Amino acid sequence: MSIEIQNISKSFGAFTALKDISLKIENGELVSLLGPSGSGKTTLLRVIAGMESPDPNPNSHVLFFGEDVANKPVGDRKVGFVFQHYALFKHMSVFENIAFGLRVRPRSQRPSESNIRDKVNSLLKLIQLEGFGTRFPRQLSGGQRQRVALARALAIEPQVLLLDEPFGALDAKVRKGLRDWLRGLHDELNTTTILVTHDQEEALEVSDRVVVMNQAKIEQVGAPAEVFHHPASEFVIDFLGNVNVFQGRINQGQAVLDNLRVRLSDPSIPDGEQAKVYVRPNDISIDRVPQGLSSMAAQVTRINRAGVQAKLSLELDNKEEIRVDISMDQLSELNLQLGDAVFVHPNKARVFVPDYTI
Amino acid sequence: MSLNAKRLKRETTDPWWVRAIIISLSIAFVALMLVLPLGVVFFEAFRKGVSVYLAAFQDRNAIRAITMTCLAAGIAVPLNLVFGIAASWAIAKFNFRGKGLLIALIDLPFAISPVISGLVYILVFGMQGWLGKWLEGYGIQVIFAVPGIVLATIFVTFPFVARELIPLMQEQGSEEEWAAISLGANGFQTFWRVTLPNIKWGVLYGVLLCNARAMGEFGAVSVVSSNIRGGTNTLPLHIDALYNDYNSVAAFAMASILASLGVITLIGKTLLERKLEQESNSSLESPTTEGTS
Repeated sequence: MSIEIQNISKSFGAFTALKDISLKIENGELVSLLGPSGSGKTTLLRVIAGMESPDPNPNSHVLFFGEDVANKPVGDRKVGFVFQHYALFKHMSVFENIAFGLRVRPRSQRPSESNIRDKVNSLLKLIQLEGFGTRFPRQLSGGQRQRVALARALAIEPQVLLLDEPFGALDAKVRKGLRDWLRGLHDELNTTTILVTHDQEEALEVSDRVVVMNQAKIEQVGAPAEVFHHPASEFVIDFLGNVNVFQGRINQGQAVLDNLRVRLSDPSIPDGEQAKVYVRPNDISIDRVPQGLSSMAAQVTRINRAGVQAKLSLELDNKEEIRVDISMDQLSELNLQLGDAVFVHPNKARVFVPDYTI
Repeated sequence: MSLNAKRLKRETTDPWWVRAIIISLSIAFVALMLVLPLGVVFFEAFRKGVSVYLAAFQDRNAIRAITMTCLAAGIAVPLNLVFGIAASWAIAKFNFRGKGLLIALIDLPFAISPVISGLVYILVFGMQGWLGKWLEGYGIQVIFAVPGIVLATIFVTFPFVARELIPLMQEQGSEEEWAAISLGANGFQTFWRVTLPNIKWGVLYGVLLCNARAMGEFGAVSVVSSNIRGGTNTLPLHIDALYNDYNSVAAFAMASILASLGVITLIGKTLLERKLEQESNSSLESPTTEGTS
């Protein structure tokens, strides 16, 4: 189902949770709303579900397949909502939890007992918890509970799945497994899914498109690769992962700090402006000898070999710390030791000048 | 036990004589102030034999007092149950203006003396009161009649159910209700199938305490009652009247009913507290982390 959000604002007293948000989600898409706590992502999800009503404004609409759902209560929107803390019915068995959405239907639309049983059993199979129907939520692990919550939401055959930090309370390994499983499920069921998360890795890995939110506004919308490689703002580049930040100054169309120079795509920025240069740890190369003019002298202060890549911390001459990721092969090739003097060279950098964002 | 372990034990616990003094002090106090008087009630009631004890219940006025007490509690408890659930639902699940005031007002009957609440009703509904004349025009007498007793009982037992449920429902939040609603449940289904099962032990606990207080209330009802035997006397008022007549066996026989009610309440309360504890443990078990937006 395609969902369109037009000019939605929402405030709670003096706090603005959403500021004039517009967004279109295509049928069959898996979209992540990514942002830090308080960025408004959960509020946006709850507005879509109908659990919060947006601030009154004649131009603000929530459209499901082009139809305004403003007057449709939550139960009529056919959304499957999955809560961060599962919100399973504690006093009901797993079976009854999943059957709930079918049992509360008006008598005329309610499936027969045997139909309910078949439906619930097939959902139990889908979430790989066959034989768990008689258990109670407290007897399940966190990952199992979240799968039950998902099955319960799927039982009403929703047109759209809304997931509010569904894996936030789980440990890393379970989270990764469930994430892949969710992606597979989304493709299999062919639903439209909106996932709220503050985990950038999760958002980048699982979604078709990522909506990066900050302070009640959308910073950027795009495919994972797009937001990662072409961040639209300082916030996005900062939020999407480790990044080194250097303070520089504009000089003749270049951002300059010490002998590092980064060419600007917009040469019209006047000299003397403050510039922030962002460099990702894997966009920096390390050598024993200077490579060209932009090389900066540095000293190795820390080497972390735990991981696919080696993570190095280095100190520049001006005492600033810089983080660099290099491959294990390169690390052994260079034979780096703590305290070694090296030269670092950014291969790719992004420059943001306040008011002149490029 | 090794020397080290002995020393550790000595350092982490108080000396035996401190423990002995504190424990025996508390036991002695409870025995002297609570258990002994309660025992005396039953001892005095049966002092002249079972037949005299039972005879006390044959009295027409005694039966009337028991009926009055059951009537007052029978009306006050269900009303306060409905009110208590509604108020705690409103407080726990919604945000509205004046919420703090509502919470404070619910506690009002705890804060003021029951005698005052009786007097307040006389000022409002009494013959010289604001509404007394108007009600009399319709032939309704509140003060010195059954409605007054019921009203006074409602007043003093007002907070019990709500006080018990507000923290319970606040702790549980409203996510399960939202889940039910998003699955298509209507308001009644959500309440009946999701909310009520989650609070049922708390409700029972509140009802139990509410009932004990409703049946045992003396101050407020004594002000609004006519104190006419066989009239609007409740059990506690009847006991007081009997005792003032030096009819101590009958007084203690009646008192034994209330005392038994107290013991039953205590047992029920203990059992329910255990249930409540289990319930909050099972909800604590679910893993929770910080971090929503």
